[in-house]
Amino acid sequence: MKVKEVPQDLKYLKGAIVRHIDYAVDEDGKYQGVVSDGWTPKNEALEVTLDAVNDECEKILQRIRNKETSPLEYHLVKNLMDVKLLSKYTGISKRTIRKHFTPDAFSELDDEILSKYASALRITVEQLKSIP
Amino acid sequence: MDLNIAHSPAAHCENGTISSLLRYYNINLSEPMIFGLASGIFFVHLPFLKMSGMPVTSFRTFPGVLFKRVTKMLEIKTHTRRFFNPQKAMMELDNLLMVKKIPVGCVVGMYYLPYMPIEYRFHFNGHNICVAGKDEKSGDYIVLDSNALQKVTISPEDLQKVRFAKGGTYPLLGQMYWIESVPKDLPPLKPLILNSIKKTCKNMVCNPSFIKFVGTRGIRYMGERICNWEKSMGARRAQLNLAQVIRMLEEIGTGGAGFRFIYGAFLQEASSVENLDWLNSFSERITQIGDMWREFAYKSSRIYKRREGENYSYNDLGELLFQISEKEDSFFKDLYARVKEIS
Repeated sequence: MKVKEVPQDLKYLKGAIVRHIDYAVDEDGKYQGVVSDGWTPKNEALEVTLDAVNDECEKILQRIRNKETSPLEYHLVKNLMDVKLLSKYTGISKRTIRKHFTPDAFSELDDEILSKYASALRITVEQLKSIP
Repeated sequence: MDLNIAHSPAAHCENGTISSLLRYYNINLSEPMIFGLASGIFFVHLPFLKMSGMPVTSFRTFPGVLFKRVTKMLEIKTHTRRFFNPQKAMMELDNLLMVKKIPVGCVVGMYYLPYMPIEYRFHFNGHNICVAGKDEKSGDYIVLDSNALQKVTISPEDLQKVRFAKGGTYPLLGQMYWIESVPKDLPPLKPLILNSIKKTCKNMVCNPSFIKFVGTRGIRYMGERICNWEKSMGARRAQLNLAQVIRMLEEIGTGGAGFRFIYGAFLQEASSVENLDWLNSFSERITQIGDMWREFAYKSSRIYKRREGENYSYNDLGELLFQISEKEDSFFKDLYARVKEIS
């Protein structure tokens, strides 16, 4: 790859201080590290993965509207977490977490448990209670 | 308190952290040199080992070995520690930083790193950062993350959280490593370079033939499997798998083309050592191979995101992988033969 061919397709790194470094050769064939904003094929690879997450979120939203599950499950999937990890981070058992997936159990949760979930998912309690 | 290590972004986090630690002791080795000396380049495709339901494909050696290999070669004394108690782990870090004034490398999880963009918050527990100072007023740590363009700060709570990230293949246990002492004079580079090239070539082409998952044979093996992906797992799943391979190949930390370009840079830099100028032609060859990997990434992206007028199939990708496998095979075999000749 030539230095001038290093792709600068900015997408997910917008506003972040994180960047890629690509190694490329200049006119004289000398290698150097070049800062890159990203490359469309790899942005799209990430997009495909995130699309799969979003598809699942859509299904969960539908189930929330049908009163089959709670916002907790939505935010869990949306924030790329799973039940096993959430259990490890909060100290709440997997079984209890699954119980909180039911709308009734979720609506009765106190602030302490809600804030445990929220901080593990890096969102606020308000966000945790609401859905888009 | 800041140990004042100059920040320098690097392609790969582990190389970058090692080079930051070494810089503090006035040892200036470039990222490609560290990567090359540690024989970082590799290939492995393990369909039976699944990470979030997808086969593991890697273009480099296992995390954590680069630091050990490089420091051992350069006769640098180092120390690695793990902890069961998070508070103790933070206290020991403070002790090293504030009292002994030693910069410390930490293995951390990506998910809770505050400066990572949301889309990159995956549960990847093998990221490396160099902790190089602490703001006494706020308690925030000054951190050199080679993926960031400048120094960043992390609060003690966040640092403790990322050092004890859960999940992953093994628990993190606040793993940290540092340099205890450096020798007065570094050993001469030439024999080290030749030895590490030998090791790399062995890893790539000298595996027993019944191990088909690794080295250049592994690339061929993945090519054979990729042709059947659509049939064996269905269109959607195959696309997700392909996207995963491309992310391993091109995502942050590879320097492009699954570390092939970094290795090219290493061979080029090594060619400036006395009587090693012939390495330059090998550098050009691996650059061409890297370009083929880029082509592979491009064509793959056209499968998971179709564009009009372009129709690539999994068979095309398989064919391309066969070509890459052949090219890399002769590349590493020629390189091995040449290095054995002179050492």
